[in-house]
Amino acid sequence: MWVRCPWCGRRDLSEFVWGDDASVVRPANAAAETDDAWTDYLYFRRGTPGVVAERWHHVHGCGAWFVVERDTRTNRWRSDG
Amino acid sequence: MKYSIATMLAQAARGHARWPRLWRAAELRDAYDVIVIGGGGHGLATAYYLAKNHGVRRVAVLEKRWIGGGNSGRNTAIVRSNYLFPASIAFYERSLSLYEGLTDALGFNVMLSQRGVLNLAYSRADLNRMRRRVAVLRALGVDAELLGVDDVAARVPELRLETPTRSVFGGFLQPRGGIARHDAVVWGYARAADALGVDVVQNAEVGAIDVHDGVVRGVAMRDGRRIEAARVVVAAASGTAALIEPLGLRLPVVHMTLQAMVSEPVARFLDVVLDGAVYASQSDRGELVVGGGSDVFASFAQRGAPATAPRNFAALLDLVPRLSGLRWLRQWSGTVDYPKDHSPIIGTTPIEGLFLSTAWGSYGFKAIPAGGECLAQTVVDGRAHRLIAPFDLERFRTGRLVREAESSGMDLEGVLV
Repeated sequence: MWVRCPWCGRRDLSEFVWGDDASVVRPANAAAETDDAWTDYLYFRRGTPGVVAERWHHVHGCGAWFVVERDTRTNRWRSDG
Repeated sequence: MKYSIATMLAQAARGHARWPRLWRAAELRDAYDVIVIGGGGHGLATAYYLAKNHGVRRVAVLEKRWIGGGNSGRNTAIVRSNYLFPASIAFYERSLSLYEGLTDALGFNVMLSQRGVLNLAYSRADLNRMRRRVAVLRALGVDAELLGVDDVAARVPELRLETPTRSVFGGFLQPRGGIARHDAVVWGYARAADALGVDVVQNAEVGAIDVHDGVVRGVAMRDGRRIEAARVVVAAASGTAALIEPLGLRLPVVHMTLQAMVSEPVARFLDVVLDGAVYASQSDRGELVVGGGSDVFASFAQRGAPATAPRNFAALLDLVPRLSGLRWLRQWSGTVDYPKDHSPIIGTTPIEGLFLSTAWGSYGFKAIPAGGECLAQTVVDGRAHRLIAPFDLERFRTGRLVREAESSGMDLEGVLV
């Protein structure tokens, strides 16, 4: 399996670290946030299979963080159709 | 049919052509007392105990493909109760003790082999954590023994204690741990539930759960047919979220792929289940059954990333160099649903009549008997059985997590450590 880094192109999965669902956003003002909102951010995730925009980190490469779409039913990247 | 020497001989005389089917090809009825979504071990066990312990027999188990085709048939079949926290130990110990009587209870041989589960320590810190686990287990009356390096060497003489990357500092053993045949557990529960009147229906995919004003009414099948039931149990593993998200319920779970693999048969050298860097057991035929860490990204594909298998092989070769050149026969993958604390989510929900048995991560198989027994009681009572009460969905809001990542062989990212 491979991942396409926007800077380095197509590289092996082993160079990357998965960074979770990109729609999960850290509350801007943590101190003012309710416990419920904080709990949702920490733990609760969409679990219906399908196309997800997710963060990846090219940790053993250029170091870039980027967002790509992938179908979790097939592991295919959206950009490859 | 009750199996015995007499039935064996009688069937042999007929050329084994007249063995009865293990369960009926049940027709789906229009209404049930309880519908269980998911024909894996947990769903079938819940249905069995509903019928057996509580006399609830208008029960259907709806399986979208074939029973045991998901994680119940994809695991490495290990049973043990050597957890860290008292809540987990009590629950998994109940499960192990039910496994010990399961062949007799179901009248079906689940081939339980209590050969012992041996965890390896690779540092003094590992050994100290094991010392703590052993102390807690023994205080609660569960069998566990701390082993020194010499004890480990005596148990597994072919184990390399000093490798280029690791040193074995000792380990700990649960003598009553071991393996059971996972298909037999599924078939045994299905057969016994069927005999009590439970409808086990395969190729029956639920499309949605019917809920009105916060109360369960039944389910709508994928083909549009509606089935009534006042109580619905969702035991659909990685299919659970898609069924409950339309009801406004989310899960604190990440779905990942976990791979396992089996080698060609080799002469017996491993008579315990080895757990450390990889986990491995040797089948009666001599094949090595091996599992390791997850592929660390969300996926429902049931197809593992290619890099994981070589990583598991390398870790195994590190420990037993003689296996170099061993050929691997099969590799397979399941989708595991990991909650952040590596403990299950089982019990009631905010929706009346809706029950969950999910987030079984990498520890579902060993929990099948107790999961089924406790959830059946919960469905009847409408409130959580005491052994599963700590494993409710609410704990992620109260902060009362049961952190068992280490006892599952994982760090919090799901990587085998």
